[in-house]
Amino acid sequence: MHFEYQVYEADFVNAGAASSAIKKTLKQLNINPSIIKRVVVALYEAEVNAIAHAYGGTIFADIESDKITVKVVDTGPGIPDIDWAMQEGNSTASPEVRNMGFGAGMGLPNIKKNVDKLNVTSKVGVGTTVEMEVNFV
Amino acid sequence: MEKTPFFHALTLDTEACIGCSHCMKSCPTEALRVRDGKAVLMPDRCIDCGNCFKVCPTHAIYIKQDDFESIFNFPCRVALVPAVFMGQFPNDITVSRIYGILKDIGFTHVIETESAIPIYTAAKEKYAEEHPDIKPLISTFCPAIVRLIQVKFPSLVENLLPLRAPIDITAMYIRRKIKREMELDDDQIGLFYITPCAAKIAAVKSPVGEEKSSVDGVINMDSLYNRVFKKIKEQGKGFQEKKLPVSQLSADSVLTSLTNGERRLSNAQHSYSIDQIDNVTEFLEKLENEEIEDVDFLELRACDQSCPGGILTCDNRFLMCERVFERARKIADRERKGEQAKDHELEEERVYLMRNMVLGDIKPRSMLVLDDDIAKALEKMKKINELRAMLPQTDCGICGAPTCDALARDIVCQNAELTDCIFIQRNLEARGNMNIDESLKIMELIWGSDKMDDYVKK
Repeated sequence: MHFEYQVYEADFVNAGAASSAIKKTLKQLNINPSIIKRVVVALYEAEVNAIAHAYGGTIFADIESDKITVKVVDTGPGIPDIDWAMQEGNSTASPEVRNMGFGAGMGLPNIKKNVDKLNVTSKVGVGTTVEMEVNFV
Repeated sequence: MEKTPFFHALTLDTEACIGCSHCMKSCPTEALRVRDGKAVLMPDRCIDCGNCFKVCPTHAIYIKQDDFESIFNFPCRVALVPAVFMGQFPNDITVSRIYGILKDIGFTHVIETESAIPIYTAAKEKYAEEHPDIKPLISTFCPAIVRLIQVKFPSLVENLLPLRAPIDITAMYIRRKIKREMELDDDQIGLFYITPCAAKIAAVKSPVGEEKSSVDGVINMDSLYNRVFKKIKEQGKGFQEKKLPVSQLSADSVLTSLTNGERRLSNAQHSYSIDQIDNVTEFLEKLENEEIEDVDFLELRACDQSCPGGILTCDNRFLMCERVFERARKIADRERKGEQAKDHELEEERVYLMRNMVLGDIKPRSMLVLDDDIAKALEKMKKINELRAMLPQTDCGICGAPTCDALARDIVCQNAELTDCIFIQRNLEARGNMNIDESLKIMELIWGSDKMDDYVKK
C-alpha cells in the first residue's frame, strides 16, 4: 500500500500528521506495538527535519506484509557532511529553530536507532533524501 | 493479545430502545451500530465509559447492579463508600449522619474507599522508583482508562501501573480487620461497593490482571442515594444525630477521586492530570507518537471532573467537587492543629497490603486489528481505502454505522454492505440499478420496519 504526504517549510503546526496517519494504518495490521512505535518515532523525526531544516518536501511510504519503506525527499540546504550530522548533538539549525525546541542534533541519530535500514543522500543547495526501512518480523 | 470477552455493566433494553442512534454517535470507541431499529453493542470495543448512558433519551441503556436485598445474605454487611457519595448531599448533612443512615438501612459496617489511599500512594511511588525506565507511568485508578488503553493504545499497555485500585486495597484491609475483630469466616462477610460509574462495576465483575474480585457485590450510587435521601426526609429538620466514628481519612485521601487528586500526591517531576475521555485520547495519540516527551506520571480519568462526573452520581459534578473540597479543607485544618486522628490500624496492615498490591499482566486487546495475518490485514486495508474514496465522508450515520470510515471497515469485515449508504443508494437509483422498493428494504433492515411505517402513516 502506497502513501504520499506533503510537508511544508516551518509548518510546525502540522508536524506529525504523516506519522499519525501511518500509525493509524499500522495499528490495524496487527503489527507489534513496539515496532509501530519505532516506525512512528523515526518518521516523526524525519518529518520534523523536512519542516525545520529544509524548505519542505514529500514523504513516500510503502507498506508491505513484511516491512515498511519510507522515503522523505526534501528541497533545502542539504547536508555537507552526513557522517558528522549522524553524530548526536551535531546540528546546523538556526537559532530561531533551536528556540522552538528543535535542532538539538538528535534527529538523524534517533532515526538510525529506530530503523533496520537507513540511507541518507544529500546535495548541498538542492536537498536531502532520507530512506528508511523497518521490518515487521 | 487477550481474547476472552469483556464483562459489561452497560446493558441495552431492546424494548425501550427506539433506535435513535444518539448512543452510536457518542461512543469514543465506535462500539455501537444500529440494526433492525435497535442499538447493537460490540462487546470487544466497549470500555464501559458510559457516554451512551448519558445521551440515551429513553433510558434504554441501564446498568446492571446487585439486588440491594442480597446484602442480607451475609451476617456482616460492609458498605464500601467512595467520598464522592458524601459530596452529593448538602453541607449541613454530616458524614456521620450518612454513616448512621447506611447502618439504619441494613449495613453493619461503613468504610470509605479512600481509606487505603496512603498505602496505594506509597506503592505507586515504590513502583516508580523500582521502574525508572518506564516513562510515563500511567495510573490505573480509572478502569475505563485501563480499557481504553487496552483497546485503542496497545503500545501503551506496558506503561500502566500494575497495581490494584484503592477500592480493592480498602476491601482487602477491611475484610482482614473484620475477620480478626469479629472472628468471622470469609463467606460471612459481604463487601458491597457503592459505584459512581459503570466502568468500576465491570472492573469489579471481571477484573483486569486479577483472578478474583475483592468485593461481593455492587450497588449503584443513584439507587443508594435515593434510599439515603428518603431517610433524610423522614428524619426531618431539627434531627438530632448521634455522632458516629467515621473513616479517618486525610485531606489528601478525600481528594484523590477528584481531578488532580493523584497528581498532587505524586513525586514525579513531570506529570499531568487529564479528565474527560476525548481529552485523554487526544493526549495519548501525541504521547504514542512521542510528540509529547519527558512525562513521568499521568493521571487519566474518563469522566469530566473525574468521579463526581460519573454517570451514577446524583448532583451537579461541580457542586460535588466543591463539597468534597470543603470537607478536605476542614480535615486539613484539623491536621494542622494536630486534631485529626490517624488510622493506626491501616499502618499495621501496611506490610500485608503492600505485598498483595501488584496485579498480574495487563494485556493489550486491540480493537483495531483487521486480521491476525499481516498480509490479509493489508488486503483488507486496501479495500477499506478504496471504499472510503466511494463514501461521502458526511458521517451522517444513516447506514447504521457512526462514520463513513466505520462503514468501510464493517463492509470489509462483512458486517455491512456498500448499499447501506444512502448516497450510494441514490446514485444506483439514478442510474436505474436499484428501485425505490429495494432501497426502502435496506433502510428497513437498518432502522426497523416500525420506524419506516410510522413515517409513512404520519
